[in-house]
Amino acid sequence: MGKTLAEKILSQKSGSNAQAGNIVVAEVDLVFAQDTTGPLTIRQFQTSRFEHLANPNKTALFLDHAAPSPNYILSSEHMLLRHFAQQTGCIIFDVGDGICHQLVAESLAKPGDIIVGADSHTVTAGGLGAFATGMGSSDIAIAFGLGKTWFRVPESIKVVVTGNFPEGVYAKDLILHLIGSIGANGATYKALEFSGDTVDSMTMSQRFTIANMAVEAGAKVGLFPADNITKDYLMLQERGNHYQSVFPDADATYEQTININVAELEPTVSKPHTVDNIALAIELKGTKIQQVFIGTCTNGRLEDLAIAATILEGKKRHSETRLIIAPASRQVLLAAIKAGYIQSLIEAGAVILPPGCGACLGLHQGVLGDGESCLSTANRNFKGRMGNPQAFIYLGSPATAAATAITGEITDPREVV
Amino acid sequence: MLTGRAFKFGDDISTDHITPGRLAHLRSDPPELAKHVMEDADPTFASRVTPGDFIVAGANFGLGSSREHAPLVIKIVGVSAILAKSVARIFFRNAINLGLPVLICDTDKINDGDKLEVDLAAGTVNDITNGNRLTFSQIPEVMLHILDEGGLIPYIQKYGDFKL
Repeated sequence: MGKTLAEKILSQKSGSNAQAGNIVVAEVDLVFAQDTTGPLTIRQFQTSRFEHLANPNKTALFLDHAAPSPNYILSSEHMLLRHFAQQTGCIIFDVGDGICHQLVAESLAKPGDIIVGADSHTVTAGGLGAFATGMGSSDIAIAFGLGKTWFRVPESIKVVVTGNFPEGVYAKDLILHLIGSIGANGATYKALEFSGDTVDSMTMSQRFTIANMAVEAGAKVGLFPADNITKDYLMLQERGNHYQSVFPDADATYEQTININVAELEPTVSKPHTVDNIALAIELKGTKIQQVFIGTCTNGRLEDLAIAATILEGKKRHSETRLIIAPASRQVLLAAIKAGYIQSLIEAGAVILPPGCGACLGLHQGVLGDGESCLSTANRNFKGRMGNPQAFIYLGSPATAAATAITGEITDPREVV
Repeated sequence: MLTGRAFKFGDDISTDHITPGRLAHLRSDPPELAKHVMEDADPTFASRVTPGDFIVAGANFGLGSSREHAPLVIKIVGVSAILAKSVARIFFRNAINLGLPVLICDTDKINDGDKLEVDLAAGTVNDITNGNRLTFSQIPEVMLHILDEGGLIPYIQKYGDFKL
C-alpha cells in the first residue's frame, strides 16, 4: 500500500511499516530547545538522571526568544543553557544568531529527517521535507537522553494547490485562507501534506511560511516534498550533500483532499483573537493600526523583507503607526543589508530589531499598550500574545503589513503599489 | 475517585491564556508562575481554585505554544484533571507527561461550579449537581502507561526506555 510523506519518513526511521494510527518509536535526527523551554528541558534531563546526551551533534540549543536578554532572571537562564552546551558538547546558537526555526532550516534540517523541538513552530522544517514537530520539555529531555521518541503516525490531509498567485497575494494569504477554511482545530493530530503545480514552483521561503503555520490548524506536521527547489536551496546553503528527494507514493491514502486555486485568493488577514478568524484585507479598511511588526519564523526571511522594502521604498510610515522589523537570522539580516532593503526600511521609518522572537510572544521589544492594535506577519494573534491582553493583533503578509504601515490602517497592498 | 468543582472555560483557550509569554521570566520559579494560572482567561481563577478542582473547557484546549509550563502551573495549583471537548496535540502530550489527566467528553453537559466525581478507571464523570453522567474516550495505551507512572520522567526512570 502506498505511503504518505509522514508514513514514509516514520517507516524509514522506525524500521517498521508505519501506517496512520500506529504508535512507533523512532530515532530523531535533530532534537532542540530554545531559551524559554530549554531550562525546564535541562532540569527534566537532570531529574531523569541522564549523564550524557545520546547524540551531542544532533542536539541543539537556541538563545532566541529573549535575545538579548531583557532582565537578569532570563540572563541567568541563558547562562544555564551555555553551561549545559559546554558540558555536553551539544550545538548552541547564541544571542543574535537568529530564530531557531530559521537556523534549523538554514543549517541543520535535511529532507527525510525526524526533528523534534521544544517549540511549537518546529513544524517549519516540514518545508524541506523533514517530519518536524513541536513537543514539550519532558519529551525533549527524554529525546536528549535516548535519541528517540514515540509518535502516533498521523492521518494525512492532502492540500493540492494550483494556479498562479495574483499580484499582492502570497504564501501567507494561502495559509491564512486554509486555516480559516478548516479552523484552528481542523487538522489536530494530523499531517497537512502540500502538493500541486503551485507547490512545485514555490520558493523555499514560501514553503517555510506555510509549513510554519500548519500548527495553527492543530497539525502535527506540515509537509512538503523535497524536490529540485529544495536541492537548490541546500546547495545555496553549502550543504547540497544533505539533499535527498522525498515524495509521497502516488497511491497513498489520505483522510481528505483539499483543493485550493490561489488565483482566486485575495490578501487575507486574521482578526483578533484566533488565527482562523479571517477576513479579506479590503474588508478591514479603516481599522487603525498603531504598530506594524514584520519578522518572525513565519515571515522574517529575505524574500519577506524584499517585499516590504519594495513597497516602502521612498515612502514613509504613517505618523501614528510604528514600524518594527526583526530579520529571522543573522544571514537574513546581512543579506538584507547587502541588498539595500534595510536602508530602505529605516528610511521609511522602521526600527530594526536584532534577529529573534521577542516581540512575537510579548516577551520584550514591541509590547503593545492597552487598546492598541498591531498588524503582524507572525503566526499567532491570541489574546495577550504580544504582551498585553488588552491589545489586538491582526495577522497578514509582509505586503499587507508594509501597505498598512504607510496608511496607518489595514490596507490591501494592491492599493498602494 | 477524584472529586472537586468545575471551573468552566470556552473554546480555544490557548497557552497564552494559561501562562502568557510576558511572564517568561517567572518560568524558572514555577510556584510563582502558578500564581498567574489562567490569568488571561479568568483573572480570578488563581484565587478561587482549590486542590482537587477541575478545569472544564470547550474545544481545542491548550492550543499554541509547546511550553510545558502551561500544564505545569495547572498541576501546581492542584487541578486534578482537565475535561474538554478536544485538546491541542502538544498540550495533551505535555499534560500526560506531567501526570495530569486530560479527559475528552461532552463538556456542554457540565455547568460552572458543578460538583463532579471522576472515575479514571471506569472512564466516567458524574455531575453531582445536575445528575448528568458522562463517559470519556480512552487515551492511547502508551500515554495511559505514562500517566500510571505519574508522568514521563518517572516512567523513563522506571523502564529506561519506551515500552510499547
